[in-house]
Amino acid sequence: MRLTKITLAAVVALGSASFAETTAPGNIKFGENGGIELSLTSVAGDAASGRKIFMNRKKGNCLACHVNSDMAEQTFHGEVGPELDGVADRWEAAELRGILVNSKNMFEGTIMPAFYRDSGYNRILKKFDGKTILSAQEVEDLLAYVMTLKE
Amino acid sequence: MKITSLLPLAFSIAAVASVVTAGEDSTLSVEGEVFVTKIAAPAHLENVDEIFSGWTYRRDETQALQMDDFENPSFVFIDQALDQFEMVEGSAGKACSSCHESAEVFSGLRASMPRVNSAGELETIPELINNCRTERMGAEKWKWSGGQMSAMLGLIGLQSRGMALNVAIDGPAASFWEKGKELYYQRVGQLDMACSSCHEDNYGNMIRADHLSQGQINGFPTYRLKNAKLNTIHGRFKGCMKNIRATPFKEGSDEFKALELYVASRANGLSVETPSVRN
Ligand code: HEC
Ligand code: HEC
Repeated sequence: MRLTKITLAAVVALGSASFAETTAPGNIKFGENGGIELSLTSVAGDAASGRKIFMNRKKGNCLACHVNSDMAEQTFHGEVGPELDGVADRWEAAELRGILVNSKNMFEGTIMPAFYRDSGYNRILKKFDGKTILSAQEVEDLLAYVMTLKE
Repeated sequence: MKITSLLPLAFSIAAVASVVTAGEDSTLSVEGEVFVTKIAAPAHLENVDEIFSGWTYRRDETQALQMDDFENPSFVFIDQALDQFEMVEGSAGKACSSCHESAEVFSGLRASMPRVNSAGELETIPELINNCRTERMGAEKWKWSGGQMSAMLGLIGLQSRGMALNVAIDGPAASFWEKGKELYYQRVGQLDMACSSCHEDNYGNMIRADHLSQGQINGFPTYRLKNAKLNTIHGRFKGCMKNIRATPFKEGSDEFKALELYVASRANGLSVETPSVRN
């Protein structure tokens, strides 16, 4: 019983490693305006998964700071950042990817965390050291979802 | 054009209505005494014009608990501290009351702490208490945020309730204050935020279900509905740092003491509310 689980896990790990090529945070090429043209992974973003990441308090928790009418069923929407209704009409995909990865390139001194940056932090809690808040695929999923926010 | 500009307004009205706070113009009074919960910011504050007690941003039900000492759950702990005050402990066979006639002699202390002592050290009330325990009573130190310490802090703080907070930031305090200020504006943790990101730039805003205050410490120790106990100042600092995924400084550390002095100075002019009630 135990053995099968381990083999299964190994196969799954191998499987995903063989097709999901990801760009490490340090290798990302930002454009002049802070945008990122290339996808961080070779797998297309999944908007349905991105929607969950957006509201999940342990993942994006974007709702902590942004109003999003597409999630009217959620009770508390934050007021710290701008409303994201129609945000995909205002920004290109590459720009939005840049905002998710590290919005500080775009908005100097912003309170918005960088969701795909793994170094340069001060007094980071040990268990998060060397890690990004979201994985590359989670960023792409989130981007696919944010791209649906049109008016 | 008109429609788009009105939208944010409509939203903020809706948000305020749904949160139900008594708001920035409500009055806190306890046992007939009126407290200063809103006042012009002290001159040393550069980015804020008015300061507000954290009470301002709590919901009606939470606010009401603080307005009636019979409803305020803190008093269970303060009663325990009153007993502790008379309790003989340690090798010298003494109680607090052997040297201090009653807790009332500490009237005014909470309003001016932390302060620099004659040895040039920044000292806080928990340290004064532990000094008495180890040096004068021959008893064990209490843990910084332990039940006995936070209850005693409540009892001592209560003696200054209603007085204006007024900590000194000049002279020998200046270097500690500068260090605390630096820490207040320093970004830390994986979320890469400073105290100022939430409590200076965003007070009054909702951050998901939390209504952000200015993070003032005039009400400490504070009874929190969340953990049903009295919470210390350094305990709260620690919690905020962990929330932004930062390694907190230690309770009682030089860093937290300096930060306490700086944060206290941001509340100069507000009434001491000890023991306050928060969520
Ligand atoms: C702690 C607060 C905070 C969190 C959490 C946060 N943001 Fe932001 N966000 C902001 C602020 C503030 C701005 C405005 C930029 C500025 O001026 O600082 C912003 C700007 C943006 C913008 C540009 C909006 C526009 O209309 O120009 C997008 C898109 C965005 N955020 C998406 C997200 C997503 C998606 C997440 C979650 C993965 C997220 N944000 C999490 C605070 C936050
Ligand atoms: C991510 C946002 C955030 C950051 C950053 C943050 N806090 Fe807080 N803090 C909160 C929230 C939310 C509360 C509870 C609601 C309130 O009073 O604002 C709180 C409460 C407090 C309180 C209690 C206020 C009262 O009236 O009882 C103090 C004191 C405080 N914070 C100090 C600090 C200090 C000092 C720092 C920096 C080390 C800090 N906070 C960083 C979000 C934050």
